[in-house]
Formats: sequence, structure tokens, C-alpha cells
Amino acid sequence: MNDNIQNYVSDFERLKNDDWFAESRYTALKLFKESGFPNSKLENWKYTDVRPIKRKSFSNVSEVTVSVSAEEVNAIRFDDLDCIEIVFINGMFSKEHSSLSALDKGIVVENMLDALANDKDLLTKHLTKYANDNVSPFIALNTAFIKNGTFINVAPNTLIEKPINILYLSKESNGALAIHPRNLIVMGENSEATIIESYIGLDNANYFTNSVTEVTLSPSANLKHYKIQQESLNAYHIGNLNVMQGKDSKLESHSISLGGALVRNDIHGQLAAEGAEIIMNGLYMTGNKQHVDNHTRIDHLKPRTLSTENYRGVLNGKSRAVFNGKVIVHKDAQKIEAHQHNANLLLSDDAEIDTKPELEIYADDVKCTHGATVGQLDQNMLFYLRSRAIDEETARSLLTYAFADELISNISFAPIRNRLERLVIGQLPDAALIREFTNE
Amino acid sequence: MLNIQNLHAKIGNKEILKGLNLNVNAGEVHAIMGPNGSGKSTLANVLAGRNGYDVTKGIVEYEDKNLLELAPEERAWAGLFLAFQYPVEIPGVNNVYLLKAAVNAVRKYRGETELDAVEFLGLIKEKMKIVKMKDDLLNRSVNEGFSGGEKKRNEIFQMSVLEPKLAILDETDSGLDIDALKIVSEGVNSLRNEERSIILVTHYQRLLDYIKPDHVHVLSNGKIIKSGGPELALELEEKGYDWIKEKAA
Repeated sequence: MNDNIQNYVSDFERLKNDDWFAESRYTALKLFKESGFPNSKLENWKYTDVRPIKRKSFSNVSEVTVSVSAEEVNAIRFDDLDCIEIVFINGMFSKEHSSLSALDKGIVVENMLDALANDKDLLTKHLTKYANDNVSPFIALNTAFIKNGTFINVAPNTLIEKPINILYLSKESNGALAIHPRNLIVMGENSEATIIESYIGLDNANYFTNSVTEVTLSPSANLKHYKIQQESLNAYHIGNLNVMQGKDSKLESHSISLGGALVRNDIHGQLAAEGAEIIMNGLYMTGNKQHVDNHTRIDHLKPRTLSTENYRGVLNGKSRAVFNGKVIVHKDAQKIEAHQHNANLLLSDDAEIDTKPELEIYADDVKCTHGATVGQLDQNMLFYLRSRAIDEETARSLLTYAFADELISNISFAPIRNRLERLVIGQLPDAALIREFTNE
Repeated sequence: MLNIQNLHAKIGNKEILKGLNLNVNAGEVHAIMGPNGSGKSTLANVLAGRNGYDVTKGIVEYEDKNLLELAPEERAWAGLFLAFQYPVEIPGVNNVYLLKAAVNAVRKYRGETELDAVEFLGLIKEKMKIVKMKDDLLNRSVNEGFSGGEKKRNEIFQMSVLEPKLAILDETDSGLDIDALKIVSEGVNSLRNEERSIILVTHYQRLLDYIKPDHVHVLSNGKIIKSGGPELALELEEKGYDWIKEKAA
């Protein structure tokens, strides 16, 4: 057995595991022990080599809580957004920085550890039911370490107006940590909410985030889900989002990936009843030697379901990105509509993108489109701007921003849109100039 | 203002301009006419500094500057303006922000204070009337979803706001109906003054019914083969280009 797998096993054995979920954790660990980390011979991991994660010896036991000042948290908060906030520092729930008091009726937001104690029935029904430990060793690894994370339950016919911000903040600590946040979101019938999952690394901390989020939408539930990945440039991030959708439910998923040395986002949506709709938007911006892989999968299991997917990437430096979008239209899932597009902008000769939109159709009365583009900045646009007195550097930045903004400008919720626009501008070479340009 | 001597330019291995001479003084309007493929648009693009054109010989002086050494934006700062034959659509870049940034880039270069939002708005309100520019076009992305006529009007609108010293209009009349042609021409005429020079590149004489040139040049096979006054344009309209090409040969 590989030494580092033993490392996860020893850490597991050091942790208390005596609640009702113990057996599930143990089974998941066994599964991970047997499979080990995925290798690039597997089709699903062909372009992403996880050996850097495998080779490194992480500690899975966050014992010493690093202190984070209120200023540090404030700096990364939404300044213009009144929200319900649950904060984790290096994987550990921080009551001090969270604002969970005075929640409206009909909503539960709590740390997973509390949920395990308080909401056994709901967790028994939903936890591990949508993210399958057999699908990915990383999911199994996460399940083995389920402790901290966020449980959200929205009661039927409840509209939660305040967005819920789940903040995972990582900071350098003694030795590199592996954190395994597990989130479960249960949306009752005809309920509505906006949830933001943020992963933010401070300084240039070394750590490994292995997160799993399970979402279930009852009939006519409506969820807007934003994932903002701003891990440190030395961090590894593996994130799974698994969604099960009921009749006439709607999910909007926006996944923004900006940070991390090695990143893999997996999103899997299952349209399991008629009238279910999923919108999947994603933006990845990479530079230096970053590697960012987005794998999405949508299963149209039932007739009259709808999916629209739009991913965009901006690649610079020697970075590499992967997009793999699979849409599967199952037998008898007639009258469905599925549209998928991936567009990429390569800003440097050394950047690389592997894009693969895939459609598998086993029904005959369907409307499907898919496509991918890879290109550089448009020379005609560049010349036009320069001929209008805009210097070359600004013109390049402006066009790059415009490319990325095609995704962000569609976000209906203004505080999030504004925040993301600022974040995206911050990634560009002439941030100050572009800000001036767009703020006037 | 502009002095072009023995200009040779290639695209790839193909020589397009083959020894072109042209002298434009301040306040003059020059029309450059010629059949398709004669090098009209190449001349406009070389003057504005577009990539992909290789100048192999000759000099272009613009106000004591070697124009060919300047980047496109430096030419714009120095007062040169190209109205494009095919204005490009730029999704995500706002028309009015672009114009404000352009105005302030030029002002900065001239050592003038930059305009704030209110001053800028005051400036463009006036100019919008001249080309009958609709308000809603202003806040759209540059040229996105504009009709052919609206794109050309936007070019003239930008020109009137930027107040260049030398304006080059590349086939601005192409694709315009008669009403749009009148509006565009009025816009150009309103900008005529003793300091400003204008080069009209056109295939047809029609534009010159509305904008009276001081000089007319015939470009053929990369060279100016005949120059004259406005009457030359009328003669071309009547007899076509073959007459003059034969004469020059």
C-alpha cells in the first residue's frame, strides 16, 4: 500500500468515530484504501494528474485552530451583501466568525457535526445519497472524514431572501492540511434560496481542499448556487457538486474558478423528473502553471427536462485547463432540450486547453446542440480599439474582460455580479485601467 | 500635413502599393477614387497602422513625424482618425465608455485635463445631433447589432467627438441608402475647417455630390495615375475607369 494512503488511514484512526455515522465513514475509508488515487489511465482523469496530491503528506487532523482576525474575514466578505454566513477556518467551523443567529423560520443552517447530532432523520435520508463513494475515490475520502461542513435545510414553501454564504477560509498552519468539507443542501417543495460556496486561501498557504456538496431539490424548488474558488496558488482543490432534481425544479449553477495550483471541479446534475431544469455556467481564469479541470455531467433521465450549459475559459502563462462536458439523454427522455457550449481564450502560446463536449442520446425526439471554440484575441477588434486611441495593453485587457464578462453579466443578482466582476478584473494585467473603464 | 512619397506596400508576397505619392495640406479635402483592387483600402490601413501590411519603400510624413514608426494608438493621439469600411462589433465593450476613454487618451497626450462624466456628456450631446445618433445606441456594446447605416453613422459620430486633424474615410458611403448618405455627409461637412484635412476613399462619385473635394486622385494598380479637381470625378462617372487606365498605360 502506498505510504500516503496509510497516512490518511492513520489520521482516520486517530479521530473519534463513535456516532451513528461511524459505519459509513469506515466503509468509505475502506473503499478509498482499496481504490487509491485515480491515475491518468482512467478516461475520466486522462488530462489531470493528481500525483502532486498523492505524493504530499497532508495532515487530516486540524487540531490547532489558527486565529483569523475579523479584519481578515471582512476583507473577503461581500461588502454590500446582507447574508447568512457560515465560516470555516482551515476546515473547522468558526462560530465566532459565523452569523447564524436570528435565522428565519423554515431554514436550518448549521455545521455538519451539529446536524449529525440534531438532524439524524434528514441526514439518514439524504447524506451520501447523491454523491456516490463508488464514483470517485475523492468522494469516498471525503465521506470517511465527514465532520465539518454545512447542512442547509429549507422547508417547503419557504423563500429565503438573504443569500447564504458558506465561507471556507484557509491559512498557513503547521504542516499542510487536508480538509474535507461536506455540504448537504435539502430544498423542500416549492422553496427558493441563493447559496454561495466560497473557497478562499490566504497568503500562499499549502493545503488540500477535498469538498463534496450534495443538493436535492424537491418538486418546484428553485436554487441559485454559486461556487467561487479562490484557493491559494499553492493549494490543491478537488470539488464535487452532485445534484438531484425533482419535478419542475430549477437549479442555476455558477462555478467561478480563479485560484489553486491543481484544481478539479466535478458537477453532476440529475434531471430525475419531468420539467426539471438546470443551468450550468462556469468561468475559469488561469495563469502561471495552474491546472484547472472542469468536468460536468448532466443526465436527462425523464422527458421534458432542460439543460443549458455555458463554460468559458481565459488561459495565460503556462497554465492548462480541461473542459469535459457530458450530456446524456436517457432512453424515453423525449422532448428534452440540451444546449452546451465551451469557449476558450488563449492569451499565451504556452497555455493549453483540452476541451471535449460529449453528447450521448438514447431518445429520438430531442433538441440538442453542443460546441467548443478555442481562440486568441480578435485582431480586428484589437486594431479598432487602438485606432480609437486605446493603448495596446489596455485594449487587450479590455477585450479579455469583455470575453469573461459575457458569462458574468448574465448573473441576475447584482451584489454577486459586482463582486465577480471585481474579482475577474483583479485577475487581469491592467486591473486599474479596466476598473476605470467600466466604473465610469 | 501629410506627405507620402514613393510608398510601396505588400500583403504577404503581393505588392499592392507601387510607388504612391500624395500631398495633403491643412484644410484640404482629397478624394481618392479607383476601381476594386487598386489599393484604396490598403492605403487607408497603412496610414492607420493596421498589422499585416509590409511597407517596403517610401516615406510617410505627418506633421514632422515619421508616421510609419508610430503605433496605431500613437497615430490616434496625434490626431489621425480612420473611419472603417467595416466597423467591427465588440461585444462587452460599451460604446460610450470607449469614446470617453478615447477622448481622454487624446487629451492626456495633448497635456489637457481629462473630462469628467458630466463634461463628456455635454460634449457628446451636441455631436449626437449632427449625425442623428439615437440615445440607445450609445449605451450598447460597440457596433453590436447596429445596422450597416448605424455603424457608419457611429464612425462619423466618433470622428466628430474626437475632432481629428486628419480623417481618413474608407468607403464610408458603401452600403448607405440616400438618407443615411446625406446624414453622414452633413456630419463630415460640419467638421470641415481650415486646420482639418480629410481623405475620402471611395469607389463611386455619388459621395462627392454631398462632400465637395478640393482634389480628386485616381488610384490604379497601386499608384496615383491622375489628379485633378472635382470635375475629374464627374468625368470618371461618365466614362468609367478604363478610359483613364488606358491613357495612363
